[in-house]
Amino acid sequence: MRLKCPLCGDRDRREFYYYGAEDYLHRPAEGAPLADWDNYLHLRDNPAGVTKDLWYHEQGCAQWLVVTRNTVTHEISGVELVAERKA
Amino acid sequence: MRIDGKGLIDRTKPVRFRFDGKDYAGYKGDTLASALLANDVRLVGRSFKYHRPRGVLTAGSEEPNALVEVIGAKNQTPNVRATVQEVFEGLVAQSQNRMGSLRFDLLAVNDYLAPFLSAGFYYKTFMWPRAFWEGLYEPLIRRAAGLGSLSGKHDEGVYEKAFAFCDVLVIGSGPAGLMAALTAGRSGADVILAEESHSLGGRLLSDGGVIGGLPAGEWVAQVVAELQALPNVRIMLRTTVTGAYDHGTYGALERVGLHKSARPNLPRECFWRIVAGHTVLAAGALERPVAFEDNDRPGIMMASAVRTYLNRYGVSPGKRVTLFANTDAARATARDLMAAGVTVAGIIDPRPDAFSVEDCPVHVGAEVIGTRGRLGLSAITVRKGAETFEIETDCLAMSGGWNPTIHLTCHMNGRPRWSEDLAAFVPMEGAVPGLVAVGAANGSMSTHGALATGHAAALRMVDALGRKVSIDLPAAEDAPYQLRALWAVEGKGRAWLDFANDVTTKDVKQAAQEGFRSVEHMKRYTTQGMAPDQGKNSNVAALAVLADATGRGIAETGVTTFRPPYVPVSIAAMGAGGRAEGFAPQRFLTSDQASRDRGAPMIEAGLWYRPSYFPKPGESTWREACDREVTMVRQAVGVADVSTLGKIDIQGKDAGRFLDFVYTNTFSTLPVGRVRYGLMLREDGMVLDDGTSARLGEGHYLMTTTTAAAGLVMRHLDFVHQAFCADWQVRFISVTESWAQFAVAGPKARALVNSFLETPVELPFMGVAPVRIGGVNARLFRISFSGEEGYEIAVPTRYGEALFRDLVARAETMGGGPYGMEALNVLRIEKGFITHAEIHGRVTAHDIGMEKMVSAKKNCIGKEAATRPGLWGPEREQLVGLKAAEAISAGAHLFVPGTEVHRETDQGYVTSVGWSPTEGAWLALGFLKDGRARIGQKVRLVDHLRGIDVICEVCNPVFHDPEGEKLRA
Repeated sequence: MRLKCPLCGDRDRREFYYYGAEDYLHRPAEGAPLADWDNYLHLRDNPAGVTKDLWYHEQGCAQWLVVTRNTVTHEISGVELVAERKA
Repeated sequence: MRIDGKGLIDRTKPVRFRFDGKDYAGYKGDTLASALLANDVRLVGRSFKYHRPRGVLTAGSEEPNALVEVIGAKNQTPNVRATVQEVFEGLVAQSQNRMGSLRFDLLAVNDYLAPFLSAGFYYKTFMWPRAFWEGLYEPLIRRAAGLGSLSGKHDEGVYEKAFAFCDVLVIGSGPAGLMAALTAGRSGADVILAEESHSLGGRLLSDGGVIGGLPAGEWVAQVVAELQALPNVRIMLRTTVTGAYDHGTYGALERVGLHKSARPNLPRECFWRIVAGHTVLAAGALERPVAFEDNDRPGIMMASAVRTYLNRYGVSPGKRVTLFANTDAARATARDLMAAGVTVAGIIDPRPDAFSVEDCPVHVGAEVIGTRGRLGLSAITVRKGAETFEIETDCLAMSGGWNPTIHLTCHMNGRPRWSEDLAAFVPMEGAVPGLVAVGAANGSMSTHGALATGHAAALRMVDALGRKVSIDLPAAEDAPYQLRALWAVEGKGRAWLDFANDVTTKDVKQAAQEGFRSVEHMKRYTTQGMAPDQGKNSNVAALAVLADATGRGIAETGVTTFRPPYVPVSIAAMGAGGRAEGFAPQRFLTSDQASRDRGAPMIEAGLWYRPSYFPKPGESTWREACDREVTMVRQAVGVADVSTLGKIDIQGKDAGRFLDFVYTNTFSTLPVGRVRYGLMLREDGMVLDDGTSARLGEGHYLMTTTTAAAGLVMRHLDFVHQAFCADWQVRFISVTESWAQFAVAGPKARALVNSFLETPVELPFMGVAPVRIGGVNARLFRISFSGEEGYEIAVPTRYGEALFRDLVARAETMGGGPYGMEALNVLRIEKGFITHAEIHGRVTAHDIGMEKMVSAKKNCIGKEAATRPGLWGPEREQLVGLKAAEAISAGAHLFVPGTEVHRETDQGYVTSVGWSPTEGAWLALGFLKDGRARIGQKVRLVDHLRGIDVICEVCNPVFHDPEGEKLRA
């Protein structure tokens, strides 16, 4: 598997640390109900198709990445820096 | 027998080798199989289950029969295919899976028991009694049915792994592969041409022909010379591409030293990971056997293999050869043999309308229905219409057509497509992104078809790469490929499908009868396709027999999944470099040599190696040294290397604000020159890590993490920063390896530290100051992990060893010395300081009694989730100290004295234990339900594993100096 890091280019999967779904980016605001926290921490979709998840270029530029990939075809359609993400 | 004037072997270089204890001669360029056939050795192995005599069937890596053990000076490699192993001077090999000699294998009795050993017999026979499963049946079955054996010794062989990158990867070097490589190579693209065999050319080396007006051999030589001259083309011989993976990644196994006499520094094999922009699969096709009664005798082989042995190795596998084939192309075998002066005793062609004029008898519309010859073929029985007759022959060449080598196209879940025209499976286009199958691998069976498809695929790739190339397609034969599918000849006896696992047509039919009608069930019930050849010789024929038995078409019956690797790959090659010390990187302290010089045993702490203790003369156990070192710190002074702690340098206007967000407590209010202990939570409210952070300047902090969590915390900080506050002005970097840091602890610590400083410093507890030591800028922290007055001195790493040696020498003049991890652990248990033994990922700030450290005035990571029900209160297991007069153990569980000991009555567990020479007792830290309310009570500590059952007193976890007077002295 290969990931195209926006800073380092096309690199082998072994350089990256996999974290989980990009849900971790949507942290509930201060004082949010506990149900929101439960959702944020524990509830995850398991899609057959396009999904977004978080990878860390641990043996490279130390940037966190949002990777858009297809769980069925394994196609990677986008890699974006977490720090400069649009949404 | 060897045929004069034929073959590509080097007859000027004779090679001696040994097989089953007997010496033979071959030539450079021979495989073990060709050299044995040249010496008229037909019997080379025994079959898996019935121990039937077997000979060489093929000339490639798909060989199911000729598996041998290669014996080296230091290793014994089982299941080596004699068709792949090249001979070299001094090669020693032996046959396998036999009891006694190869000619008189005692387990051949299995063949007479065959009626009882059909498919599924294990499941039916070895059912009762159940107690015999593991003790009796399994060892018996494993002994009787099997492959080669290992030496039982450690494999001292050298293996390598390597990475390669290219624009175009060409797999296979037959006409399709060579044409593709030449086209891509001339365009200037980076090309890797991987060839499984030891020379380029593929079937052209065996089949000859004319390409572009040149004899095929000359055309190959020309192309190879041009490819070798191109700097952008890398030719990898003896390299089998074993698997296709995501995003253009391929695994490949290169046989580096297996064809040479052992040389100490030459790796045996290299496992490659090749990353390719585009891939041309030109792996050709595999000829398939025909199932007829007793079709497994030595001397019966694939027609294409006979041609390979004749034309490539100059060997005729027989003196009186017969041919049984259903294609026109296979006739070349008979013609080539006759041209070389070998007698062809007959051609048996099942097609009634086949061409019948050759220079030997031709029996059209006929089939081979039986064979004779106990240890090697002596005659075949032919049926033509109502008539049957025998032909004397010592070699039967057979062909049932060809199966495209589609395996790699199925490695990423692609399913192949059934082609009625070819009576074979062909690749589904686009099954592996970036890979295009060409030539015979894609069902283009003529030489012209191979050249044209290889050329066209490479042109498209060159174009996609933005390059240009001009290259003409040479002319070559374009004969149509016509066959009438023939899978199995009707008959009563056993007809082999899977030679490697001894599966016959009867077994497949029986599977269908017993309800195993799905191809996946049939495979598992009969074990067809599960041998080292992975069904390369038998899958399609077995499917056809199953389809027939179940009244379905082959396309409907479907095919089992091809998975990597294409050929067996030794685990040693995949894990090359990862054995023993190579298993994980090793990190050494600057004081490493100084500690070893003092005889300190080193223990692993993550990747680090740290001194366990520093033995003194007269001490015979680690405990004696540990007790002495603990007392030394409590009464004088001790020196320990603490450089393994993670150090993160944090700078920027918002540095304090950032630390407030990641720590539960406040750091933005910390004065410059002071240090504070901080607690870090995960977002789910559990403790992530703890440590001290020092404020070195207005916008400059230095964070320390535990040794274990240094990487984890760095990753966490990066995430929090980039995900939630990327616009804050803060940057940080790990400086763990930039600084060597030494703890100096004990009542004489201040005197020792001041003896170094150019200007002595009066540091308050939890203070930090820049200092100069011997002209070097250093940092001095007044922090303690022992409970004594303590300092930590940090110097740039390159001064670490000198400082450590000096510190230890001066400490020794003061009644002190170095202390190791054992003493460090006892000291911190006495003081109730936690490590990752306590903050193991399932404890909250409340559990460790630090809920007051979670600031109410600000938000922080983990704060909100920590308030969820169930994460605080008396039902939680809380950190306590435990004191006992007898030895106790970490991992033990706690119970109320007088109650039963079982899971439901469990009250908690022990995380850290040590003998405290200071307290004169065994001390422990652990977690006890509602523990803080139970201080002063007794608990029962039980460790079933070590047979410990002791009553302990529940204590405040801080045993030593609970008021902290020594720390602040």
